[in-house]
Amino acid sequence: MATNLEDPRIIEFDVRTDEMLVNMGPQHPSTHGVLRLVLRTDGEVISEVTPHLGYLHRCAEKIGENLTPRQWIPYTDRMDYLAAMNMNLGWSLVVEKLLDHELSDKAKHLRVIISELGRIASHLVGMGAYGLDLGTFSPFLYAFRERERILDLFEEVCGARLTYSYLTPGGATADLPTGWVDKVEAFLRQLEPIISDYHELLTTNAIFIKRTAGIGIMSAEMAIDYGCSGPVLRGSGVDYDLRRDGEERYTEMYDGYAYEVVVEKDGHYPQDRNYPKVPREAVLGDCWHRFYVRMLEVMQAMDLVEQGIEKYKSASGDWGVPIKLTQRLPKGDVYLETEAPRGQMGFYLVSDGSAIPWRVRARSSCFCNLSVTSELCPGCLIADVPAIVGSLDIVMGEIDR
Amino acid sequence: MVDFFVSTFGMSPTVAAILAAGIQCALLLNVVAVGALVFIWMERKIAGRIQDRLGPTRVGGRFGWLQTLADGIKLIAKEDLTPADADALLFKLAPYISFAASFTAYMALPFSDGWVAVHVNAGVFFILAVLGLEVFGTILAGYASGSKWSLFGAIREAAQVVSYEVPLGLCVVVPVMICGTMDLVAIANMQSAGIWSWLIFHDPFTFCIFWIYFTCAMASVNRAPFDLAEAESELVAGFHTEYSGLRWSFFFMAEYGSMFLVSGLAVILFFGGWNGPLAIMSDKIIGVIPGLGLAGQPNAWGFIAGCVGAANFIMKATIGVTVMIWVRWTLPRLRIDQVMTMCLKYCVPLAAACFLGAVFVKAEIFGLGYLSVDAWLPGLRSDRLEVREGWMTEVEGEGVTLSTEKTLVHGDG
Repeated sequence: MATNLEDPRIIEFDVRTDEMLVNMGPQHPSTHGVLRLVLRTDGEVISEVTPHLGYLHRCAEKIGENLTPRQWIPYTDRMDYLAAMNMNLGWSLVVEKLLDHELSDKAKHLRVIISELGRIASHLVGMGAYGLDLGTFSPFLYAFRERERILDLFEEVCGARLTYSYLTPGGATADLPTGWVDKVEAFLRQLEPIISDYHELLTTNAIFIKRTAGIGIMSAEMAIDYGCSGPVLRGSGVDYDLRRDGEERYTEMYDGYAYEVVVEKDGHYPQDRNYPKVPREAVLGDCWHRFYVRMLEVMQAMDLVEQGIEKYKSASGDWGVPIKLTQRLPKGDVYLETEAPRGQMGFYLVSDGSAIPWRVRARSSCFCNLSVTSELCPGCLIADVPAIVGSLDIVMGEIDR
Repeated sequence: MVDFFVSTFGMSPTVAAILAAGIQCALLLNVVAVGALVFIWMERKIAGRIQDRLGPTRVGGRFGWLQTLADGIKLIAKEDLTPADADALLFKLAPYISFAASFTAYMALPFSDGWVAVHVNAGVFFILAVLGLEVFGTILAGYASGSKWSLFGAIREAAQVVSYEVPLGLCVVVPVMICGTMDLVAIANMQSAGIWSWLIFHDPFTFCIFWIYFTCAMASVNRAPFDLAEAESELVAGFHTEYSGLRWSFFFMAEYGSMFLVSGLAVILFFGGWNGPLAIMSDKIIGVIPGLGLAGQPNAWGFIAGCVGAANFIMKATIGVTVMIWVRWTLPRLRIDQVMTMCLKYCVPLAAACFLGAVFVKAEIFGLGYLSVDAWLPGLRSDRLEVREGWMTEVEGEGVTLSTEKTLVHGDG
């Protein structure tokens, strides 16, 4: 219900009452960690939203300037802690780019399997937590049930369940264990029918559609203007995915993989499976579309993992032996962006020729995605704020670093 | 019970009345408190099962059925906190108002034939009126907490509950109109001939109106998807954000008490009250087959029939509560404007249309009389029709009638 407050036809809003300033967060159940939103409200109608950051700042970038690249990997885990594998990947690729280190095919396929599994795990949380934001509990636990299985798989690979530090400059810390890929295949087989449960409980649920369709509409221009990326950008109908449009060093990982970027084209999404239909109420760029893109990307990632496993089995070469812990870096600066589950995750590294980077910076996708809230929320009701913020699927650890 | 005390122990009527009131209050307080205990445990168990968990398993043996009691003890032991900005007196008063309203409504809720603390001949009206007072506790809590989130919750609750009283009233009027009485005991007794005499199957309109009633009842007791007053993802915890310890638990007792109450009311109005689907305790099953005829007898057999009836009633009402729990753990929450739209744009017109339809059926206008079960099974309610006539005569001022005579009936004392 995006209402234009200045619309003179709306008498109700013409007669203003006292405005109220409300702090939503940093301790609030639906601000995904420690986001603080200052809401200016007229009754329940929001007239202004200001996001405040910095409650989770841990100086990760500064720490990166005191450690060697491999030592900094655990700190990247703690950025987007819901998709730590993808963070590891982003940093590893930057370091490899600086070193001009080439990976074997097997290592590349391993990375595809791992990072796409990470994407599924991350989107499952995004989906479940979005349900929580809208007041339904059960999908959250259903999502976590499946996520746990992925975490079990990751635990087998690297021993950790949240902060993996598995992918590392040079490849990975170890090869995939024997028989592991079969377990992944078994997991994918049992996940597939469950996806339709999620669609039933959320995507096609009448109340869910009422709460999300037509709420927080972001036009393609606006999404681009604010530098949004990932499902948030694609939910607005912009056909842009770094796995396809990114830098050669990143996209070559996906060479030979068949997949379609999840984005609405000519009024419909790529339909290679039995997806639920887009409801009439939904407008391109609203909360529902952002959520839907995420759900479809789970299916897409499942496909990619399946293909990756096939390729990994027949691939030659080693699994990518990590570089030395104290490897000297050549002089120069590199920047590379990867398609993390939440969008474009970029790392910037400046080296003065020693083993320790001179400068390390990270470009967070959630930071840009979050910045649109102040544009989307005015005119909405308080109940729409969690719906909008939730649909952006932010992780504060990545924003504050 | 008053007569019993006076005749057996030779008490003065005043003392006997106070004693009887005390006993009844204590009994009902237990119903509400133990009911809340059981329903909270049930909610956690059912939610657990729905979500692929086990729910509580440790406290009190295998099924964790003492979990709520343990939580209650914890809540009693917690510090009684009043925020500095709060209006201390009102803040402390609010939970008790909520609870008292929910509890008072139980006074007029019959658990079996004549098993009611106060036999009000306008029981339906009394329960709805008193239940409507519960919102005052919430508003007071929201206002007195001195927190903006609480205030939002309270305002939402006020808007929502006051709106939903309208369709709720319209729904309740239909069984009242069909039975010709507001006396809950009499209404339930008119459905004593088995499942076909239940008012939900009386005609298509009563069938529709039950679902509207259930929706509105969920909204008026603030259950998901209408739990906007405490919407935890938006308003932290809504009106009870600032509450802790025992006061907080009083809000919960009130909530679960009201849940059972509206389910009980639905059971009496639509599902035959304490009469089973094959009402063997009554004199006739499905209008023709002779039953045991034990119900209503002033002896031990009547008491047994009453017990069976109470079990029946509690079971049916519990099913209603279970459905509410099930809905809560399945659906997302509506937004406030959608809740109001649903009430004023859909529930009220639908309820009004159904009411009109039921009137046509009852009064046999436009030849709609054949839609009623009574038209097809004429013997279904005949033996209970004197209740209605009695009510009529009472209106004309000819004294207390057959049904209202049993003000304090055997059984609970």
